[in-house]
Amino acid sequence: MPTQAPQTVIGTLNPIAILCFLLFVAGTLAITYWAAKKTKTASQFYAAGGGITGFQNGLALAGDYMSAASFLGIAGLVSTKGYDGLIYSVGWLVGWPIVMFLISEPLRNLGKFTFSDVVAFRLKQKPIKTAAAIGSLVTVLFYLTAQMVGAGTLIKLMFGLPYESALFIVGGLMIAYVLFGGMLATTWVQIIKAVLLLGGATLLVLLTLDKVDWSYGKLFQMASDKYGSSFLEPGGLVSDPLDAFSLGLALMFGTAGLPHILMRFYTVPDAREARKSVFYATGFIGYFYILTVTIGFGAAVLVGKDAIMAIDKGGNMAAMVLAEFNGGSLLLGFLAAVAFATILAVVAGLTLAGASALSHDLYVGVFRSGKANEKEEMKVAKAATIGLGITAVLLGLLFKGQNVAFMVGLAFAVAASANFPALLLSIVWKRFTTAGAVTSIFTGMIVAVTLIMLSPTVYEDVMQAAPKKELVAANDKVAGIEKALKAADITPELKATKEAELTTAKADAATKKTAVKPAPFGMKNPGVFSMGLAFLMGILVSLMKREKTAEDMFESEKVRTYVGIGAEGANKH
Amino acid sequence: MSSKMINSILEDPEFKELARQKNKVSLILTITELVLYFGFIGLIAYNKPFLATKLSAGSATTIGIPIAVGVIILSWILTGIYIFWANSVYDEKVKRIKKRFGG
Repeated sequence: MPTQAPQTVIGTLNPIAILCFLLFVAGTLAITYWAAKKTKTASQFYAAGGGITGFQNGLALAGDYMSAASFLGIAGLVSTKGYDGLIYSVGWLVGWPIVMFLISEPLRNLGKFTFSDVVAFRLKQKPIKTAAAIGSLVTVLFYLTAQMVGAGTLIKLMFGLPYESALFIVGGLMIAYVLFGGMLATTWVQIIKAVLLLGGATLLVLLTLDKVDWSYGKLFQMASDKYGSSFLEPGGLVSDPLDAFSLGLALMFGTAGLPHILMRFYTVPDAREARKSVFYATGFIGYFYILTVTIGFGAAVLVGKDAIMAIDKGGNMAAMVLAEFNGGSLLLGFLAAVAFATILAVVAGLTLAGASALSHDLYVGVFRSGKANEKEEMKVAKAATIGLGITAVLLGLLFKGQNVAFMVGLAFAVAASANFPALLLSIVWKRFTTAGAVTSIFTGMIVAVTLIMLSPTVYEDVMQAAPKKELVAANDKVAGIEKALKAADITPELKATKEAELTTAKADAATKKTAVKPAPFGMKNPGVFSMGLAFLMGILVSLMKREKTAEDMFESEKVRTYVGIGAEGANKH
Repeated sequence: MSSKMINSILEDPEFKELARQKNKVSLILTITELVLYFGFIGLIAYNKPFLATKLSAGSATTIGIPIAVGVIILSWILTGIYIFWANSVYDEKVKRIKKRFGG
């Protein structure tokens, strides 16, 4: 039975979506206006004066982390690939406990506004801050590009708005939030968005479960009936064990190296609230990923893979299609507005993190040797915000129509390889030196970026997109014929024709294969090499030459790390 | 804070015990989380048939689904365990040390 494509209003201007979105914009701009009056000093701009509670920060962390890519992307992946989609949702959560056990408290106790404060705590300021700021910026820019291109494409799909206008709206609003309201406004944008997203996804799941008699057993039974039992089993997404391990490393430790996430720990008053916020964030994010998996299976069962992929081949509209199925254009409009708000909140967080790397780390820490007055630092921070906002829009325009999904993976790989090893070693290892840290950051960054460029994901799928697509299609054809040949009730005549077809198809696939130059690096995920080398180089270079001052300071750092005495409260100025 | 006071805190047996205990708890929980997640990845890489086992005869649900959801829930429980320990044991000790040294 062919699945009938349902009537959909996705991709047309939806008045409810626009109304919801305008309400969100009005609310967040009002908050920005309120926050602007409280954002006068650098500590208020970067860290909301340290006055955010653990619970609020937990929601804001969740808001920063639950991007449209994870909401629409995971639901889409589950709806088209089944169980394989789950692997990502697990991977994206497991980094949070690591953040809590190893990073959150020392980060809060040792730093001021950014994670490079921590790495530079007992090492030489200028080289460390330069390297760490570059690591932050590279992570932020890859993530930002992926978000902006995703934003333009999604908004076009959901609202029928032109790609360019969507980028200008996103760019303009995020600059307004960050520029005028600093971290305080950004935090509240994240909180509102997190509440809307969690509420909207919960509603969608409840409506879906209502359709399957409130039984997950029935939902999976229907999925298995419709797509075969393999839909509920791990499939081809993760085939090579080393590649799977490598992906796991990047997802897990990337979380602990994302500058916009790390920066949020300075918005709370002390280490106790910092750790509390991770507990809340982990709970919200875990709950959210369980919801998105349900949404993915629900969309596959109730609406159907074909109908989802007819709108967007990647399956990104699965959640939206399901919303329309369950609650008509009203629910669709609401969730589309929530998705828009989600993108906006994430890019605002990223922009603030990038601006801090430019102003606090590079300008104040490096060019002014740590001596700049408040006014001057704020001026630079604001200029950096505008500059980054414009850069984000330009990157979105530059990469229009390109496949940029790999850039999220790249951002995680760089975060796990360039930022995380240096941060961890600086906290736990007495002998860690300036030279070791700088080498570690650059090794991780260069190896991660180079290997991804040489991997099949970029070298074949992006740089040789056209011939690769033909090759995939040819291979699919071969697989289709082979499947038909295996059918039990095949007639001898049909078998002969199919066999002839198979020979031609195989020859065709072989020719197509020669047109694609194979990637020099065979794995899709470089994490195991880039992160491994970053640790190795950091340790080897540190062992080569001791740094006496850094070792001496490690002891006093210990008192601060464990007891919090001397910790610079962003709120105590 | 003077360097003299930092030194006396560093020499303090209660502080040394605190730091040791904190490292131990962090390390044990981190290793548990790593085993949990890479155990799951290991099953995907090396034992797909196990994850594809049906929960019961006549059920479509595979054992892989509760395992994946279980990894998410257990990860959160681990953060809960840490919070519980830190709030009840660690913070109390920190408070005592701070009080003794007037910090």
